[in-house]
Amino acid sequence: MCVTCGCGGGETTIDTGEPKRRHAHDHGHPHGHDHSHGHSHGHDHSHGQDHGHDHAHDHAGDHAGRTVALERDILSANARLAADNRRLLAKTSSIALNLMSSPGSGKTTLLVETLKRLGAVPAVVIEGDQQTSNDAERIRATGRKAIQINTGKGCHLDAHMVGHALEHLPLEPNGLVFIENVGNLVCPAAFDLGEARRVVILSVTEGEDKPLKYPDMFAVADLVVLTKTDLAPYVDFDGEAARAHVARINPSVPVIEVSVRREDGLKPWLDWLTTQRRAALEARRRQIEAELAALDAGVPA
Amino acid sequence: MHELSICQSLIDMIADEARRQAFNRVEVVRIEVGRFAGVEPGALAFGFEVASRGTVCDGARLEIVDLPGLAYCFACEESVELSDRLAPCPKCGGGRLQPTGGDELRVKDLEVV
Ligand SMILES: Nc1nc2c(ncn2[C@@H]2O[C@H](COP(=O)(O)OP(=O)(O)O)[C@@H](O)[C@H]2O)c(=O)[nH]1
Ligand SMILES: [Mg+2]
Ligand SMILES: [Zn+2]
Ligand SMILES: [Zn+2]
Repeated sequence: MCVTCGCGGGETTIDTGEPKRRHAHDHGHPHGHDHSHGHSHGHDHSHGQDHGHDHAHDHAGDHAGRTVALERDILSANARLAADNRRLLAKTSSIALNLMSSPGSGKTTLLVETLKRLGAVPAVVIEGDQQTSNDAERIRATGRKAIQINTGKGCHLDAHMVGHALEHLPLEPNGLVFIENVGNLVCPAAFDLGEARRVVILSVTEGEDKPLKYPDMFAVADLVVLTKTDLAPYVDFDGEAARAHVARINPSVPVIEVSVRREDGLKPWLDWLTTQRRAALEARRRQIEAELAALDAGVPA
Repeated sequence: MHELSICQSLIDMIADEARRQAFNRVEVVRIEVGRFAGVEPGALAFGFEVASRGTVCDGARLEIVDLPGLAYCFACEESVELSDRLAPCPKCGGGRLQPTGGDELRVKDLEVV
């Protein structure tokens, strides 16, 4: 188990695509670079001596039970690491997108075609799969940088894995960071990675009822992309019904239809990406304006 | 089976707390789970049993307090309680609902010795 950050994930590996850098996530790792995402979690509490005496040392009934109030989110450790990732990404006004879907819905294909069309827009990719670096290699073939995380038996990415992947990626000003989650319509929904937006992808071949069958995933979506629409006629996919089911679970989420095969619907998707990048810059502007106002008022920001 | 990693986080947190507050054994773990939290109580119970073996929580009872789902009904223009994500508004029977709460996944307290 990891002594730095408490991660027990001996199974997780990170492949940066550079020769000989494939290392097990064992945290003996002498990462020369800055391990910046707040790996102090847990450890700020563990130095027993100075704490040990506030407990019931009253000897009234040594073995009597007591109640310890916690009132804490169970995933608070993940939430802290996600917040660290978010802070790191905000420094460069980067936009991280968490792409979630069943296996085979067309995430990697969509990413590859997107990257080819992004031109000068900075973009990097974090690929999550249980096994293989195939997807990262498909991304690298476009000339973009990709990190492959293999989760072993793990059914979802978490903020900790993404934090480590980010250590290996160049974050450029206002760039896109695509995170392709492990193919699974259930588990990834519960884990904040530090993303700005969650994109849920549904291919028409999966059937229009999936939003109702996997509502927790569609409930957290900031965008739903219906893919492989060229196949809709062959599988009797009812797009209207699909949109109604999505709206039933998540009334305000936008839905975009894409066929990579026919190069159809890519424009709305690319426009949506631009809107998200713009939002990151606007957040930055508000921050700078607040700093200027504080400076003018003579108060340290 | 993300319930297993959720239980792993829960037990890590409790193990930390055990060092901090010097207790050796946990008898009861009380957690609150919202109807929209996306976890199966059965899978949580199983995950807890597996993940707690050999830890301070070994043999502890997991008590799950079930919290309702909350949503805003656009027709009634008010907040209503839902039993699951697909349930209609209990007041008007409508389906235009925006979930507003019920995704809690919290540890409340522990009974320890
Ligand atoms: N007909 C059709 N097939 C597609 C489309 N997009 C992806 N596919 C195919 O779907 C399969 C799975 O795609 P992939 O991108 O690997 O899915 P992922 O597992 O979500 O990353 C591949 O065989 C793709 O060629 C599309 O727009 N139309
Ligand atoms: Mg893929
Ligand atoms: Zn680590
Ligand atoms: Zn109503």
